[in-house]
This record gives sequence, C-alpha cells and structure tokens, in this order.
Amino acid sequence: MGGERLKIILSLTPPLLIIITLFFGGIFYGFLQSLGYQPAIGKYDINFSAYYNVMFSERYSKLFWTGLGLNLWVSFASTFLAAVFALFGALAIRKTFFAKTVCNFIYSLNLPMPHLVVAVGMIFVFSQSGLLARFASQLGLINSPGDFPVLVRDKYGFGIILAYIWKEAAFFFIILMSVLQSLGENFEELAQSLGANRWQRFRYVILPLVMPNLFSASIIVFAFSFGAYEVPALLGVIYPQMLPVMAFEFFLNPDLNARSEGMALSIIIALIVMILVVFYFWLTQAKIRKD
Amino acid sequence: MNNNLKKINVYAIYLGALILILPLIAFFINAFSFRWFYPQIIPKELSLQAWVRLKLIPKPGQRSIEGFLDLWTSNPAVIKALMNSLTIGILVTIVSIIIALPAARVLGLLNFRFKKLIIFIMVSPTILPPIAFVLGLNINFISLGFSGSFFGVCLVHLVPIMPYVVLTMTGIFANYNPDFEHQARTLGANKTRTFFLITLPAIAPGMVVAALFAFLVSWSQYLLTFLIGAGKVMTLPLLVFSTASSGNPALTAAISIIFIFPAILILFFTSKFVSGESGATSGFGKI
Repeated sequence: MGGERLKIILSLTPPLLIIITLFFGGIFYGFLQSLGYQPAIGKYDINFSAYYNVMFSERYSKLFWTGLGLNLWVSFASTFLAAVFALFGALAIRKTFFAKTVCNFIYSLNLPMPHLVVAVGMIFVFSQSGLLARFASQLGLINSPGDFPVLVRDKYGFGIILAYIWKEAAFFFIILMSVLQSLGENFEELAQSLGANRWQRFRYVILPLVMPNLFSASIIVFAFSFGAYEVPALLGVIYPQMLPVMAFEFFLNPDLNARSEGMALSIIIALIVMILVVFYFWLTQAKIRKD
Repeated sequence: MNNNLKKINVYAIYLGALILILPLIAFFINAFSFRWFYPQIIPKELSLQAWVRLKLIPKPGQRSIEGFLDLWTSNPAVIKALMNSLTIGILVTIVSIIIALPAARVLGLLNFRFKKLIIFIMVSPTILPPIAFVLGLNINFISLGFSGSFFGVCLVHLVPIMPYVVLTMTGIFANYNPDFEHQARTLGANKTRTFFLITLPAIAPGMVVAALFAFLVSWSQYLLTFLIGAGKVMTLPLLVFSTASSGNPALTAAISIIFIFPAILILFFTSKFVSGESGATSGFGKI
C-alpha cells in the first residue's frame, strides 16, 4: 500500500507544483502587493488603503463603480444572449436539411478562434465603415458612415458583448449539441404522444434536460468574460472602462504606487468570480439535496 | 417525429451561418484588397500589397522560389513572431503532456483521500481570471530573471494549459482498462514495451486532441506573453493586437489570417472528437 501512496504523490507533484507556485503564488504575491507591501520600492507596511482608494477615493471611485457596472452588464448580457442563440441554433440544426454538415462546422467555427481575432472581426463588421455599414449604405439606409450606430468602441459595451456572443455561442452550441444527441428524441416523442405542443415540449421537456449543462457552461462564460482583458481593451472606451482593463492600466502606470491599486483591482475581480462560483456550487448542491 | 425542418427554419439557420462568417469574409476582403473604401462592398481591385508590406510575399517580379526564400530568411517580423508562437506552443504542449500523463492516470484510475481537493486546485486556473495571478507573478519573475525570457513565457503558459490537459487526460483514463497492461506484463513485456504497445495506442486519440487544443490555448495567449515577455518575446497575438491598435485594416487582416489558420485546421481535423462530452471541450473550462 505504501508503494501505491508514493506513486500517487510522485505523479501528482509536478502539475500541482506548477499550479501552486505559479498560480496561487502569483495571486498571493499580488495580494501582498495590494496591501502595500512592495519591498522593491522600500514599502513594508501593510494596510488596505489601495482597496479604499480604488473603491471610495474621489479620484477613482467613479471609474471603479461604473466599471463594475459595465462588467456585470457585459458579462450577464453576453452570457445570456450567447446561450439563447446557441440553444435555438442547436435545436434547429439537429434536424436534417441540406448542407447540415457545413452549417454545423460554421456554428462551431468560433470555438477555437482566439478572442483577439473575434474582436478584430467585430471592428471589421460593426464599425461605422465596416461591412454592415457598407450594406446599409448600398441599401440606402444611411447617407454617411456617421449615420450608422456606434457599435464598437461605444460606452455601453455593445461591441464587447457582440464579440463575446460570437465567440461563446460556439462553446454553448457544442455543449448543447452533444447533450441533445445523447438524449435522443425519445422524451420528446413521448411528450408529443401525450399531447404536448411545440412550446410545451421545449419548456417542459428539453429545457429542464439541457439546463444543468447550460448552467455550468454559463458560469464558465460569465467568469471568463468578467476577467478577460483582450476584448474590452480592443473594443472598449476609456470611460466607462471594464475592470480588467483598468487593473492592467494601473499596473502599467509609471507611478509605482498605482501598482498596489492595480493589484487590489485584480484581487477584487478574482474575489467576485470566486463568490459567483461558490454560489453556483451551493446552488447546485442545494438542488441535489432537494431532489 | 418529423425530422425535416420547416423551410423558414432552414433559412434562419443559413442566415445565422452567414452572419457568423461575416467577420471571416471581412478578413479576407481586407487582406486581399487595395483601397477598399467605404461604401464599396466588393473591392475595386484585388491586391497582395498587405502581404508584400508584411514581407511575406515578394514584390512583383521577384516571385520565384528564390525570391520567397530570400524574403523569408531575412526574418521579417511576422515570420519571427510565427516561429516564436510555434516553438512556444509545441514546447509547452509536449512538456504539459509529459507532466500530465502520470497525474491523469492516477486521478482517472485510483481513488484516494484529498482527490477532490487536488482536482479543485488543479482546475482553479480555468475559473479565475489570468490577470489575478500574472500581475503578482510578473514582479517575482523580474527578480528571478525570468521576465523577458523565452523560458519565462513558456513557464507561464503552462498555467492555463496544465489544468486543461490534466482534466482531459483524466477523462481518458477514467474509461481505460489497465488489465490489458497486466496481461502484457505477464506475457513477458517490460514496462517500456507495455507502455508503447498497450497504453499509448489506447490513449493516443484522446491525447492528440488534448495536445492540439493545449497548443491552441498557448497559441492564443496575449496577456501572459505580453506581461512576462516584457516586449522581448514577440508572438503572433501580440503582433495582431499592436497592428489592430494602430489601425491598418489590411495589415491587421493579413496577420489575423495567419493567426487563425491553425485554429481552423485543428477544428477541421478534430470536429468529430469535439463534443460537450469529450474532455477536449471541458478544457474550455467545464467545471
């Protein structure tokens, strides 16, 4: 038995070492710095002033709270819309029709696509001289590029939301397709033979069956879009600014004191994501206990 | 049940597919056109100018094999970034597979105390945002001398990739029957032979998918490379980002096409493996 134990420990040590030293070590060190502990510039005192500054000081509080609001809005809107689009796409595509394989491929196309490229694609399609504006102009809907609504680099985060929908709908789509495939059509046929109409079959048969997977995928997408940098950096504006961009900018600030604030922000982002995931586990566990 | 879709639904699917590939269409038009001004939809003239400016295609008149070789061996920025991205991606993938293999086997086949805790620790980088650890890590890496080095970038890429590979391969080993190994051993095969003749063929398909997607995770890393590479390690995503920020659509589109090429290729070859149930997709962060 001792040999087996040694084997387990030896096998698990290398990947755990990487995660613990680099990932948790990085978070821990960032946390220390957010408390003002910066030996590099001779600061050894520990306090919460960086957190206070970020959230409540006159200089940053407005930027922070609008940023947090934008973060929540972008993450909720893009997660919800991507899931809805993917659900309808997946429900329609599992039937047979002409060029089904091609459509299936196109709907999954954005899964391996880097976020950065999707963001650039949004600029090409939705900017005021982009592909859609050109179509609108040819159709006589707009006279000049300025007539086209500002959809990228806008203060409501529309461009960012569009990019996340584009990208994450593919993720939802793949997950939903496999769930629907493994379920087959037996449940629906049964419901139909019992007299359920299309809406009832969707609402009371399909939705409850795909919900667990849809929900766990939503958590992943939400957490990702809450903390990602590239998309809001390319498609966002200076004010209001999403929190990861704000943290990064603090960090790159030549004033080394701003570093603590940048670290504090990144810790706040991580905390919010963590609370969300814990809440999710609590919710699913509570549901399992109830069932 | 009626398996045929209503016509209107079919059209909705086609429309959805068209909307989804609009960015891709825009990439190709931008990259292969010259002066594609608003409000043209079809560019007036096709051109390879963006590619010539990126020094990927020689000027007209020099487009022979020697011309291409001369140009590419002069090491233009895009080729350099491409080689960096490829080298880092391949290195990190191989290292992560080697490290993950024993761990995944143990996690997939055995039950022991703290297993859940260990899996939780292992997957946490897929949930928490990279910005939370890389800012702190950055200063450590500077003092260790890893910052701005190839080694440092490879090391930090292991963080998002490791959980993903371990998780995927754990899924493979959970469906793996080690009895065949015992049979091979009793028939006289040594450990190495057993691994290459029995274990490897059984886990190979899943491992290849894990490797391809691990490569993609490294391939698309921007923030980690930017911060740890400290401007000294140029990769394709960094080049795409800086070109996109400077605002030349033709150059941005051309570099982006090179950047997305492996992604499309990998999807094409793995599409039948990639489903919500396979570990490959869970690597995108299924909790």
